[in-house]
This record gives sequence, structure tokens and C-alpha cells, in this order.
Amino acid sequence: MVYGVLRFINFAHSDVFMVGAFVGFYLGKIVPESTIWGGLIVLFGAMLACALLGILIERLAYRPLRGGPTLNVLITAIGVSLLLEYSGQVFFGAAPRTFPQIFPSRNFELGPLVFSTNQLAVILIAVLLMVALELIVHRTKIGTAMRAVSLNPKAAQLVGVNNDVVISFTFGLGSALAAAGGILYAMNYPSIDPLMGVMPGLKAFVAAVLGGIGNIPGAALGGLILGIVETFVNGSQWSTYKDAIAFAILIIILLFRPAGLLGRVTVEKV
Amino acid sequence: MLRVSDLHVSYGAINALGGISFEIQRGSIVTLIGGNGAGKTTTLRTVSGLLRAKSGKVEFDGADITALAPHKIVARGLCHVPEGRMIFSNLSVEENLAMGAYLQTDAVRNAANRDYIFSIFPRLKERIHQTAGTLSGGEQQMLAIGRALMGNPKFLMLDEPSLGIAPRLISTIFEKIVEINKTQGITILLVEQNANLALEVSSYAYCLETGQIVMQGESKQLRADPQLKATYLGG
Repeated sequence: MVYGVLRFINFAHSDVFMVGAFVGFYLGKIVPESTIWGGLIVLFGAMLACALLGILIERLAYRPLRGGPTLNVLITAIGVSLLLEYSGQVFFGAAPRTFPQIFPSRNFELGPLVFSTNQLAVILIAVLLMVALELIVHRTKIGTAMRAVSLNPKAAQLVGVNNDVVISFTFGLGSALAAAGGILYAMNYPSIDPLMGVMPGLKAFVAAVLGGIGNIPGAALGGLILGIVETFVNGSQWSTYKDAIAFAILIIILLFRPAGLLGRVTVEKV
Repeated sequence: MLRVSDLHVSYGAINALGGISFEIQRGSIVTLIGGNGAGKTTTLRTVSGLLRAKSGKVEFDGADITALAPHKIVARGLCHVPEGRMIFSNLSVEENLAMGAYLQTDAVRNAANRDYIFSIFPRLKERIHQTAGTLSGGEQQMLAIGRALMGNPKFLMLDEPSLGIAPRLISTIFEKIVEINKTQGITILLVEQNANLALEVSSYAYCLETGQIVMQGESKQLRADPQLKATYLGG
């Protein structure tokens, strides 16, 4: 989404995801474990903290470079990413921690399948957040302004949009979602460490390119396809090549359909 | 209403405007004519805050707006319809108009403005849910003007409204520009390459050449000027 508005890939996104998981980890120690409201406090607390972090990153690292070549911002994004990863090791410690059980959890069976409420909660929260994001982007004034800035920043200024505010908002929103992602991830894979964002970040990038970069439903579709492919590969005899296959998909998409599955090749009408 | 004094603008080492000065009276239609690269668009962009002046001053309603950000200038009632229309092509006609009213909080006023825009450009009403990028050039120009009108302008700057538009629609659009000026009392600064048309609808004109104002006067007189005729009006 940040790409959609700003046309650059925020490599630090996956580290905001990590920070979100750690904020959740510390909050999870304060609130009572395994309660719904405690879990929600952890989730929203981490989202809020990361929204502020995202706004701060944009303000300090990216805004001074706006208007310059995209490559500069891209390299800075990699720098911010490394900064977060290694200051994470300083502040949180490099050793993996166990993420607390924040929502109540129970296993139940449906025929031959065993579910945990955790898995259901992850799907439910993810879908709710997706819907909320679509509503914000398509039904609110600031969402329309986000789309306007992404289409034509100059024209947006000419109708009175303060692009700085819209861009800050975009970063805050994107980072809050990254935090939610970190929490959901940690609920299912409860070992967290400061480098935990790296692989999911790369995979998310593959999913986004697969679906059509800058396209929100496309990213969801790309994620789903990638997840299914990985699961099948995992269950087959080539499970060691799971990650290699994910990146092979990236290369194939870039070669044959660079705009992604749902992406459109943009043609400007003059 | 608008006073520009000794404005210098450059792109890197290239001087686009070499110190131009002009003044526009409230309620008038003034035109800025000149060939390609004369600095017409640069002038408008500097007035609306998209470009920064190297030196010189832009005053609007008696206040210095030279260093203001574009959104603050729009908030003062100075709206710019940019060259190439710059509508939000992926947004619907309705959303484009809503974006025009981005800073306007008075819902009653917004609804009245919308009705007025639909009354002068009924085509837009027919296409209200259509994606703006699928409109014809003329309809996009109507939308760009409509979007600017949603911002309650006191002063409207139009950059090449005739560019890339079917000749049949050009006269409609120019009629409406005159009508907006007459009935809404909105002052208009019109930039045009089509000097004939521009001099017909305006009361006063400035002629720009390589970043300098080389001629100015009543539009009627300029139309009769032999030198100008030879250069811009095709003999």
C-alpha cells in the first residue's frame, strides 16, 4: 500500500512487523493472558506504537529525500531496515523469546481436521483488517486523498491536499498493519527474535509482486497462492526447496507478467 | 487582486522567467499569451506554489503568498486548473469533484456548487459514476474546471483549456469560462496558445516571450496590432 501511494518499496516494513511482535510481547506480560480483551489491548497497543514508529521513520528518513531519485530512498529504506534489526538486537536481545498466549486458545475437531482457535483468530483478524483497510481507502476522505496523491501528487496539491499529512497517514496506517501482522505471526509461530521479519518480508514482497504491486486485493491473492504453493511443496519430497520455489515464482512473474496477476499495465491517457 | 512583481524563476541553471510583473483586477478576465516555452505555465505554477520563485513577489488579495505551500494558497481561494487537466484518472467523476472540495466543510455550499457545475456541464452529470480517465478530452477539461470550482475560488487560473480538445467543444468551454466570470464573479487568468480565442474573451492581455513580457494592453487593441498579428494570429 505504501508502494501504491509513494512508488517505492519500504524495506523497513518487515522490521516494523518485528517491532510490532516485540511490543506485543512486552504488552502481553502486563495484561492478563488468554483473555479476549487482553489480546485486543496487545493487538491495538502494538498497532498504535508501530503507527507512531512508521510516521517517525517517514519524517526522519524518507521525507528529506522526497523529490530526489527513487534509488536514494530505496537504499535508505535498506539502511532503516538494518538499523531496526540491529537496534532490536541491542534492546530486545538476540536470543529468541517465547510469545505469550494472548488470546484464549482451544483445539477443536471438525471431522478429521484439528483447528486451534488461534488459527481462526488469525484468519478472522486478518479479514477484518483487510475490510477495514478497503473501507478506509475507498470510503473516507483521507483514503480518497491517498489515492489522489498516488495518482497525481501535483494535482492533489492543487485541490488543497497537504501531501505531507497524507503521506504520514499512509505510513502510520501501513505500519499499524505491519504490527498487526507481527502479532498474528507470533501467535502461530510463538518464537520471536529481531531478525524474524526478514523472511516474511521477502515473502510478502513476492506475494505483492505476484498479485500486482500496489494493489491491495492483489496482495491478498498473491499471499494466498504463495501460501498454498509453499504448503504443497512442504508436504512433498522437495520441502527443502520451499523458499527457493517462492523466489522462483517471483522471477517467473517478473519475466512473464511484470504487472502481476491483478495488476494492470499503466497507460496514461494524455 | 493578484499582483506579480519582478518574478524570477529558474529550473537549475535555465532561467524560465526573467523578472515579469503584471497585475489583475478583480472581476476581469486577463490572458497570458505566447508561444511554446515562453514561460506561461511556469508563471501559473509559481503563482499556485508548485514552483518556488528565485526572487520576486506574488501578492493575492493584498497578502504575500510567494512562499506559501500550494494547499494554503488553494485555501485562500486561488485555484489552478493545470495544463493537461491532471484529473484523477482512476477516480470517478464524483470522487474527482469531491476531491475539489477537499478543504470545503460546508456541505450545503458543496451541494450548491455541484449543482451549478452540473448546470453548466450537463455531460458531467450523465457520467457521474464513470471513471474519469475514460472521459473524452473535452469532458476531462470540464471536469478539471468543475473540480476547481468545487474549491470556492475567488480567482481561477486556467492553463491551456483548449489543448487537445475537439474544436466543437472548445467554443462551449470558452463560453462557459465567460459565464463563470460573469455570473459567479470569479476573476480569471487564462493562459492560451490560441491567441485569437484568448483575446476574444479577455479584457486585458500580456504577451510573454522567453520569460519576458514583451507586450501588453487591452485585448481589443492587441488584436488589431500588426506585429502581434504577424507573430501569433497567423497574419
